[in-house]
Amino acid sequence: MAEKHKLLEVKGLTMDFGGLRAVDSVSLEVHEGEIAALIGPNGAGKTTFFNCVTGIYNPTKGDILLHPKGLPTRRLNGLKPNKVTEMGLARTFQNIRLFSDMTVLENVMIGRHCRTSAGIFRSIIRDKSVRREEQEIVESSYQLLKKVGLAEFANEFAKNLPYGAQRRLEIARAMATEPFLLLLDEPAAGMNPQETAELDQLICRISEEERIAILLIEHDMKLVMNISNPIYVMEYGKKIAEGSPQEIKDNPKVIEAYLGEETEEDA
Amino acid sequence: MLKDFKQSILISIWFVFLTFPLMAVRVNTTEQMVEWRWMTILWVAIGSFVLSYAWRYFLAKKQLKKKDDEEGGKHSKLQLLMEDMNFRYKAMGVLLVLALVFPLVFDTYQNTIMISALIYVVLGLGLNISVGLAGLLDLGYVAFFAVGAYSYALLNYHFDLGFWTILPVGGILGCLFGVVLGFPILRLRGDYLAIVTLGFGMIIKVVLENWSSFSFGPSGIANIDKPGLFGMDMNIDSSTIYIYYIMIALVVFTILITNRLKNSRIGRAWIALREDEIACVAMGIDMARTKLSAYALGAFWAGMVGVLFAAKTTFINPASFTFMESAIILSIVVLGGMGSILGVILGAFILILLPEYLRAFSEYRMLAFGAAMVLMMIFRPQGIISGIRTKYEYKELKEETDNG
Ligand SMILES: Nc1ncnc2c1ncn2[C@@H]1O[C@H](COP(=O)(O)OP(=O)(O)O)[C@@H](O)[C@H]1O
Ligand SMILES: [Mg+2]
Repeated sequence: MAEKHKLLEVKGLTMDFGGLRAVDSVSLEVHEGEIAALIGPNGAGKTTFFNCVTGIYNPTKGDILLHPKGLPTRRLNGLKPNKVTEMGLARTFQNIRLFSDMTVLENVMIGRHCRTSAGIFRSIIRDKSVRREEQEIVESSYQLLKKVGLAEFANEFAKNLPYGAQRRLEIARAMATEPFLLLLDEPAAGMNPQETAELDQLICRISEEERIAILLIEHDMKLVMNISNPIYVMEYGKKIAEGSPQEIKDNPKVIEAYLGEETEEDA
Repeated sequence: MLKDFKQSILISIWFVFLTFPLMAVRVNTTEQMVEWRWMTILWVAIGSFVLSYAWRYFLAKKQLKKKDDEEGGKHSKLQLLMEDMNFRYKAMGVLLVLALVFPLVFDTYQNTIMISALIYVVLGLGLNISVGLAGLLDLGYVAFFAVGAYSYALLNYHFDLGFWTILPVGGILGCLFGVVLGFPILRLRGDYLAIVTLGFGMIIKVVLENWSSFSFGPSGIANIDKPGLFGMDMNIDSSTIYIYYIMIALVVFTILITNRLKNSRIGRAWIALREDEIACVAMGIDMARTKLSAYALGAFWAGMVGVLFAAKTTFINPASFTFMESAIILSIVVLGGMGSILGVILGAFILILLPEYLRAFSEYRMLAFGAAMVLMMIFRPQGIISGIRTKYEYKELKEETDNG
């Protein structure tokens, strides 16, 4: 375990919204080949944590360090989201954010944007190299669609896809940016058990075959137990536990956090 | 159906009641008596009934179609026809031939009208880049048109530079103004964006009106050179025909370039920006660069066609560049179909040619204009033709069709 290359290192991340401290000095690490999970009740600050890491928010305090393999370490604080994506860190959204009036294939093609180069003038002239690049974009996007099982929908509008398929399309789109670390924000939200099982398989496949490390947010603790290790638990912005699934399951603080929530829901 | 019928009858009775004092009763002051015009009231009743019934009928039909769309995602016949490449090429060929023989068949008056329609086609296609593709609402687009027109008028006046030299210069100046306007509004969205661009349009006009030493104020600039052809002397007729052909070439040029841009990596980034800004940047697209390029390229066409406008009219003043123009150009894009090149062309012809040929109704022009827009938004909010999807070819698809 110890020799594995560290990809993402977050140290003491804090995010304030006015007087509200949504994330309170959270530290977290993701290593190569891992499927790490960040769990916690609603409003714990998980999505805010993602938004800080991916550059959508600029964190109030703390360091976000990216250690790409074979490249120097980069500090991500304050970088624009597109720069973060270019460094090899892609994400999906909790509330699906697809380009709904574009086709499924085009959605994935957008992901290829930061890995291709044709500018305005070359697009107008459309010489051979541009045409080749376009074809490469189409082919590789189509291959990604096949990987997530959406090839048959390639020419449908993204908005016409069923819910589960939209979530998978978001994953394909993120993968098109060639990340080495993929952040998934509640990828199973709103899915039925069958779809969730398929998604679990997909995530494992991405991790093994594509060699992409994964950091996954999940609201429901049971879902992540069988695929992720390590697991980090947040509550009220603070990290309250971390460890293997077994350790998390037995951790009294975690049990309390989740039981506490359940009684709230019952009330 | 029966319910609609009853509703419509109720509405027509209500209308009769409302308009009764106005339409039915008239006091004849010379003979000191009251006239009862029963026929008029009958017409009101019938008219309001028919209108209300038609309204309900079409609304119901639209609802049905919406259900269809949700189930099968079907398109209108026109849309399907336009997606057939073969048909498109043929149609384009026919249109081009028609456009080329047009000035030989019709007189100078018709040609002039056609030239202004074509000018609006280019303006519409330009605005379509920022509004239709990139989703950046621009209510001051006419400012770039003014930049082009004044750059030709002034450079021609002071330095005697010719039309062909200034044509690209006008475009580039438009571009520069697009970037200058683009920078401060990079972070704005929706309503705020609309207001700032509206302001920019106003500023340009006010500057042109008041900075007399630069722009000759409200009296404008006259005697601008027409485009020259190897120093030949041309009378009004042949010069109009010449400008017409330049305009056709410019339109074809615009269509080619905007079409290429639309179906390129850049064009896709614009559309993605329109669809969802946050997802767009999270997918690695540089928002600032994408927005600026959309503004600049949109403004480019306005600048260029502005040069031609100045050359065509030989006289310009700030009154040609009012908010009304921006509104018309925007209506062309919205009516035609946001993001659709063909739609915008159709929109321009409808909005510019119809009022010209329906001079008789010119008093009701704005009324008809508004009514048409409202109806359009209710019955076909996506415009006459919505953006036609590119069909991408991938190896596997080809193999499938080859085998099957
Ligand atoms: N943009 C924002 N402005 C103000 N408060 C926010 C914003 N985003 C999130 N919050 C608050 O931060 C807290 C954490 O939210 P979030 O990260 O979405 O939780 P989770 O994803 O764990 O359910 C919540 O109390 C939420 O209201
Ligand atoms: Mg969340």
